[in-house]
Amino acid sequence: MSVVLETRDLVKRFGAFAATNKVSLVVERGARQALIGPNGAGKTTLINLLTGVLEPSSGSVILDGEDITRLPSHQRVRRGIVRTFQINQLFNELTPLQSLALTVSNQLGISGRIWQALGRDERVAQRCDELLRQFHLDDVQDQKVSLLAYGKRRQLEIATALACNPRVLLLDEPVAGVPEGERQEIFDIVNALPAEVTVLLIEHDMDLVFNFARTVSVLVNGALFAEGDVQSISNDPRVKAVYLGEGTPHG
Amino acid sequence: MSGAAQSLAAARRWKPWEIAFLVLLPLSWFAAGEQHSLLANEIAIFALFALSLDLILGYAGIVSLGHAAFFGTGAYAAALFAKFVMPDPLVGLVVATAVTAVLGAASSVLVMRGSDMARLMITLGVAAILYELANKLEFTGGADGLQGVTIAPLLGRFEFDLYGRVAFAYALVVLIIGLLIARRIVHSPFGWSLQAIRDNRLRAGAIGLNVDARLGVIYTISAAMAGAAGGVLAQTTGFASLDGLDFHRSADTMLMVVIGGAGWLWGGVFGAIAFKLLHDLLSAWTPQYWTFWLGLFLVVLVMVGRDRFFKPWLWFRKGSGA
Repeated sequence: MSVVLETRDLVKRFGAFAATNKVSLVVERGARQALIGPNGAGKTTLINLLTGVLEPSSGSVILDGEDITRLPSHQRVRRGIVRTFQINQLFNELTPLQSLALTVSNQLGISGRIWQALGRDERVAQRCDELLRQFHLDDVQDQKVSLLAYGKRRQLEIATALACNPRVLLLDEPVAGVPEGERQEIFDIVNALPAEVTVLLIEHDMDLVFNFARTVSVLVNGALFAEGDVQSISNDPRVKAVYLGEGTPHG
Repeated sequence: MSGAAQSLAAARRWKPWEIAFLVLLPLSWFAAGEQHSLLANEIAIFALFALSLDLILGYAGIVSLGHAAFFGTGAYAAALFAKFVMPDPLVGLVVATAVTAVLGAASSVLVMRGSDMARLMITLGVAAILYELANKLEFTGGADGLQGVTIAPLLGRFEFDLYGRVAFAYALVVLIIGLLIARRIVHSPFGWSLQAIRDNRLRAGAIGLNVDARLGVIYTISAAMAGAAGGVLAQTTGFASLDGLDFHRSADTMLMVVIGGAGWLWGGVFGAIAFKLLHDLLSAWTPQYWTFWLGLFLVVLVMVGRDRFFKPWLWFRKGSGA
């Protein structure tokens, strides 16, 4: 398998504090990889570095062999690095349909059109219909997002990311706050993504990680602490120590 | 047609009242007569100005307290062009629009980043700089304003008259064109992307929108529209003055947008009508203290909420939200 996303000695300092400390992460095409770590391990900072929201202090980010360290974040989205947010980030005054239609239009490269109406292009409506149905949003497609129930908003959060046609999808605690019964549904949709789409899951809940991911990377204090397949990580005593809070691990 | 296609098409379809309003606008020319054309001319101009502010304030979420910078610049550009180059109003209007578009594009980099408060200060500052420039410079006429501007007849046939009949017709046509352009823009993917940026800038970037570029484009369009409004004012009144660049001009226009409803295409127009009529009625009634009543009206409007204020039938309904 080929490498799709890679970081080399990535460092992000806030003052003297290294939120990301020499992280060299390798993600293979089509991977179902999880990134775990205790609170404050630097998971969110790492995502922000990958998506271009933050600029690293040193080191580089490489997508498909191309250095994208200095690429602005919106251009990274066009190249396929798409994220979801732990806390819903939605367009509250728009409807789910409008949000998705805008996102799909942007993906098609026609969102800058000033003189043509939104959705005039047939492909936009087609893709929106698909997404709305897939995420059970078709019954609320014309309601204002701010009026939707939490579960629906969470679905829209994920749907918006998928509307960007990701090649590398970064899921930041995708089922946070989602009732037990609806969680599987979200994972089913993610699992049904084409095999060549790479998924990097940032998660707290170990059960979910071990259910979904095939490989796991553990981040502690901003640095990569352990890596391996689900089996070896779940049996790794050092990882257990970190998670069970038995002091700072050594070795 | 699919559900999404139908729904998207329905949102941009002309509503009956919109069509009715567009028909009423030209009819108002006949209603105004010789007595009210001057006032109506002013209303139409300020409606266009308010519309331009609504595009950046209501749609894109750029809070500006200095939009008069573009209005005043458009006025001076039109007046100077008529005085020193050629007196034709249409050519002058194009020039005024183009000049303010360039100014808008240049200053748009200042409003792309920063908090609302920073933008408030920056827009205020830009307007203040232009005001003092117009005050100091020789060719703008300083504090007296630029006087003695003669405008050639419209289309070479219709001379601007004392009653403002031609002026009002001219302003109405420009306003209607502005409304049609703005309506087209806000229903486009570009227009929706502005609302997305206003709602959630972080996510707008995360779906791949180039936020800075979008804001720059709408700021330029809005500036051009404000400049056109200022240009029409200078052409129809025959002079340009510091008043067009003054802070109160920006503030009044923001009030119009707030009264009419921000983020709503027709809000600026209704706001301008309401504001001007209130101004006229109140100042006829109590010339010295009319701002007191205007202030009271605004406080009540904001406290009660526009929805409830204009829809009394909601007053006694429970749980309809504040």
